[in-house]
Amino acid sequence: MPLAADVTSPVFSWNLVADFQDMWSYAFMVNAFRAGLVVSVVCAVVGWFMVLRRQTFAGHTLSVAAFPGASLAVLAGFSTSLGYFGFCVAAALVIAALGRKGQEGGAEESAVTGTVQAFALACGFLFISLYKGLLEGPTALLFGSFLGITTNQVTVLAVVGAVVLAVLAVIGRPLLFASVDPQVAAGRGVPVRLLGTLFLVLLGAATAEASQITGTLLVFALMVIPAATAGQLTARPGRSLLLSVLLGLGVCWAGLIAAYYQPYPLGFFVTTFAFGGYLLAYLLRLVREALGRSRERGQGQGQGPGPGQHGQGQGQGQHGHGAAAFTLGGAA
Amino acid sequence: MTSVLSQAFFQHALLAGSLIALACGLVGYFLVLRAQLFTGDALSHVAFTGAMAALAGGYDLRLGLFAATIGVGLLLGGLGRRGRPDDVVIGSVFAWILGLGAFFLTVYTTSRSGSGNGGAGTSVLFGSIFGLSSSQTTLAVVIAGAICLLTLLVARPLLFATVDEAVAAARGVPVRLLGFGFLVLVGACAAEATQAVGSLLLLGLLAAPAGAAIRLTDRPFHALALSAGFAVAEMWGGLLLSAEFSTLPPSFTIMATASAVYAATFLVKPGRGRRAAGQPVGARV
Repeated sequence: MPLAADVTSPVFSWNLVADFQDMWSYAFMVNAFRAGLVVSVVCAVVGWFMVLRRQTFAGHTLSVAAFPGASLAVLAGFSTSLGYFGFCVAAALVIAALGRKGQEGGAEESAVTGTVQAFALACGFLFISLYKGLLEGPTALLFGSFLGITTNQVTVLAVVGAVVLAVLAVIGRPLLFASVDPQVAAGRGVPVRLLGTLFLVLLGAATAEASQITGTLLVFALMVIPAATAGQLTARPGRSLLLSVLLGLGVCWAGLIAAYYQPYPLGFFVTTFAFGGYLLAYLLRLVREALGRSRERGQGQGQGPGPGQHGQGQGQGQHGHGAAAFTLGGAA
Repeated sequence: MTSVLSQAFFQHALLAGSLIALACGLVGYFLVLRAQLFTGDALSHVAFTGAMAALAGGYDLRLGLFAATIGVGLLLGGLGRRGRPDDVVIGSVFAWILGLGAFFLTVYTTSRSGSGNGGAGTSVLFGSIFGLSSSQTTLAVVIAGAICLLTLLVARPLLFATVDEAVAAARGVPVRLLGFGFLVLVGACAAEATQAVGSLLLLGLLAAPAGAAIRLTDRPFHALALSAGFAVAEMWGGLLLSAEFSTLPPSFTIMATASAVYAATFLVKPGRGRRAAGQPVGARV
């Protein structure tokens, strides 16, 4: 298969200091790194809660809502940031209003989410086809481009990101409670539904942020994969949250560096690095579990210390239970 | 308007579109009932990557579509417990696959730029139902017809396995095999419908008619028929609208009609779901 040969791509020299000086001599690269920092941290934190709440489908749909927002903004001549945030938050409110009706609503919620997603994409396609001036067509909006990030945009990203993280810090503890056991939380007087709506809005804001960097279709990689990877490595909430932030940041910056030196799109590198990490973590967990089992066997009647492995197993079991409860919803 | 209706491209679109919508309505109903819509979403995105990979390698686009969607459908089934993949796994896998799609798109547009550059990417993403040739139409009708037939053949055991998996398994229904077979059907349906409404929008054709049907009736086979009927009617409505207002692309009008019908069911019947939502969990019987 003939690969694309782009003569304008710079060459990676392995002299890291010189390479970074070279890269950062361009204002757009500095902006891209800053934006990547903000976006990957916000996405990892919000995505961690999203995975915990099993709302990955909603998360993907919200990320898709960024596309019509951006294309309408282009068509109407507004700032694209406005379009991104407006549409993502609006879609979050629609899903919150129509979906999420407890376990029995599982089938209906997913039908609502799917319809919102397809309709949002169709609107985006309409706006793109009405707007004839866009040279590259929709692919830049869908798959991302880091070349055009301005300092102004980075400031907006940082401010919104700070607000999202601050709100999440305030509601984090009750949200965690409401996510892990909604019924008990509701019984204790936690406003479960309000928290759910608020969380969807935060999710919308975070996807709007990230869409501007990775493109609307690939935001999802920065949200779900770092959290899923961290979940493979540890079952303790604090650690896995920290781990998913670090993973998200690492993947995002590595993707930027690779995309600087190669002619292929940023989104491809970010998703590939993230997925590679996920596979490694998955294998690591299998190996650890196998080792833990053989160590227990070696120590006889299960007196041996191995709390890490046990905790891991329980975490996985809990996930499985959630999935089973969700699929049962379809029968109602 | 009548001049558009008598043209070959519109008749091709109507014929292929009807069968594709029928297949989507039938498969989509089970997809919604089994709460596997996210899998359908993932497969629809896989369709894009498959098509781009085939184009980048110089093969026929449809080869990539079918190979990728059916292959990933089976893979997702294998990763999950009892043929039902976990949604975090789906999310991780398909986020990567989309990234791969972006890669193949770049390879294709830079290495094979002889024939209309980025247009191929856009038409796979958003469909090109008005561009079907007569041989493509025939093939689409045959494949979509086969998907409909197979779905109807397995409808009864599949319904049983969906509603009560444990009892069905105890009665000797091959639940796991059905789960895999169903994912293959979803994959084939996703590949087929990509030509009509594009890989990004076909989720709407799977979700909206089925969602509307489930809101209107509790009886499974009525809902199945209603879902198929809605899908076909929405396809026709969308095609006619697009023919009438030529600035609106057909994929948009089809999705808009489908969304409008689904939204209308919320108005007609505010329904069980809404009332139940306001009550505390224990109050529901």
